[in-house]
Amino acid sequence: MATLTRLLGDLDRAEEALQEASAVAVVRWPVEGIPDRPGAWLVSVARHKAIDAIRREARRPEKEAAATRSWDREEPGPAPALGPLPDDQLGLIFLCCHPALDPDVRVPLTLRAVCGLTTAEIAAGFLVPEPTMAKRLVRAKEKIRRAGMPFRTPGPVEIGERLGDVLRVISLVFSEGHYSSRGETLVRAELCEAAVGLARSLVVLLPGEPEALGLLALLLLTDARRPARTGRAGQVVLLEDQDRSRWDGSLLAEGEELVERALRMGRPGSFQLQAAIAACHGTAATAGDTDWPQIALLYRELLRYDPSPVVEANRAVAVGMADGPEAGLAAIEEVAGHPQLARWPRLEIARAELLRRAGRDGDAVAAYGRALDLGPSPAERDFAERRMEELRARWAPPSMSL
Amino acid sequence: MKYLFLLNTAEDGLPDPGTAEHAAMFQAYGAAVAAMAEAGVLVDCAPLEPASTATTVRVRGGGTVLTDGPAAELREQVGGYTLIECPDLDQALRWAATIPAALTGSVEVRPVIVVDRG
Repeated sequence: MATLTRLLGDLDRAEEALQEASAVAVVRWPVEGIPDRPGAWLVSVARHKAIDAIRREARRPEKEAAATRSWDREEPGPAPALGPLPDDQLGLIFLCCHPALDPDVRVPLTLRAVCGLTTAEIAAGFLVPEPTMAKRLVRAKEKIRRAGMPFRTPGPVEIGERLGDVLRVISLVFSEGHYSSRGETLVRAELCEAAVGLARSLVVLLPGEPEALGLLALLLLTDARRPARTGRAGQVVLLEDQDRSRWDGSLLAEGEELVERALRMGRPGSFQLQAAIAACHGTAATAGDTDWPQIALLYRELLRYDPSPVVEANRAVAVGMADGPEAGLAAIEEVAGHPQLARWPRLEIARAELLRRAGRDGDAVAAYGRALDLGPSPAERDFAERRMEELRARWAPPSMSL
Repeated sequence: MKYLFLLNTAEDGLPDPGTAEHAAMFQAYGAAVAAMAEAGVLVDCAPLEPASTATTVRVRGGGTVLTDGPAAELREQVGGYTLIECPDLDQALRWAATIPAALTGSVEVRPVIVVDRG
């Protein structure tokens, strides 16, 4: 985009053109593979889109002439002659994730400027009115322009400082599509694909960064389960109940290969470990074959990089699967007092599942009930209600029920 | 680009003149400013007298209204400013982080609009 901005001399036009090109890339790269020089490819497509747009608009012929002149001046040959273009793409991602921007606007801005989603689509994804989202995006773009935030090829210093933010933003884009219960189905799949496209670009641009590989692996391994994740009625199907034949085998294989490559670099990190956990699930032929002791170990390792109570709770569940429900319950008790988990319905659901497996049906029903009181997501609510019904049916024969 | 740093500090936390702490603070500001001057980015800088010496001026209905004190009573008040000139916000933010006020209070970085006075 910086290249385009230089070449076209108009930030808005360059942005629109790159968005159109990126939108094409997000759809085509996963299918056709990434071009050898993705940045050059993007700029080449964007350039044609921009010239189209300039011609469409061409109300002032001199403007077109000026734009084309500057274009000719900077880039006499065909697209392959362009310089270090992948860095420009990287610069744009890093700019959208700049720490001087409000964290809440980084994901929308990345979706707009890098993935090419329209303001209307982003607003729908975040469940805010379109004018509200437009205002946020305009404010961010105004700040970038007025405060002199640079488009620049990020050097080792910026990468060191901001790679974590960039990876987090990309994973949030994915989560928004994969886990969010809001927004239209179509937009959500689009967000997953946009995030995978961004992670792919990042891996091409930073091949030596194991966490970038880890993020891409995590997204692919998670996305591979998407076809099995929604039931006929549109409800969420739990991992253990999913029809594993519907998982995407090629995505799983690619994700596993990536996570192995990343871990061989010997610099483990949060995304690599999460990907390794996802790979453990992905390689299990049935839910019963899952290597829970390995997953519990990986969660323990993950805690060193991401010492959050949520990770502790996930580890407790894995311990419960590996060493039996009583061990899992003991692990949950260790973290249950944490204030951050006090209003987290999934902790109560995890506790309820362990109680149910330990045969303590009454305690389990009480725990599902507490989860329902904590404002669970629709999927969590369905699950907890279903389990409560099953347990109650076990207590009382149908003839006795009211 | 030019950037104005507004150095916000809680005045009640400042060391008294004449103490070793005061001298150390003075020296820390001096070192930060010297580094900016040496890098050629420093335009101007100065500490301010405390907010208790401020007078706030408002012209309302044709009359001038004076208030003894700062425009807003906040725990942190502007206690100094630094004007620098550097290529972009990233560099400005790095310089801002070198100012001692960032450690105890805050440094607000504001891009300056350069007005062409022809």
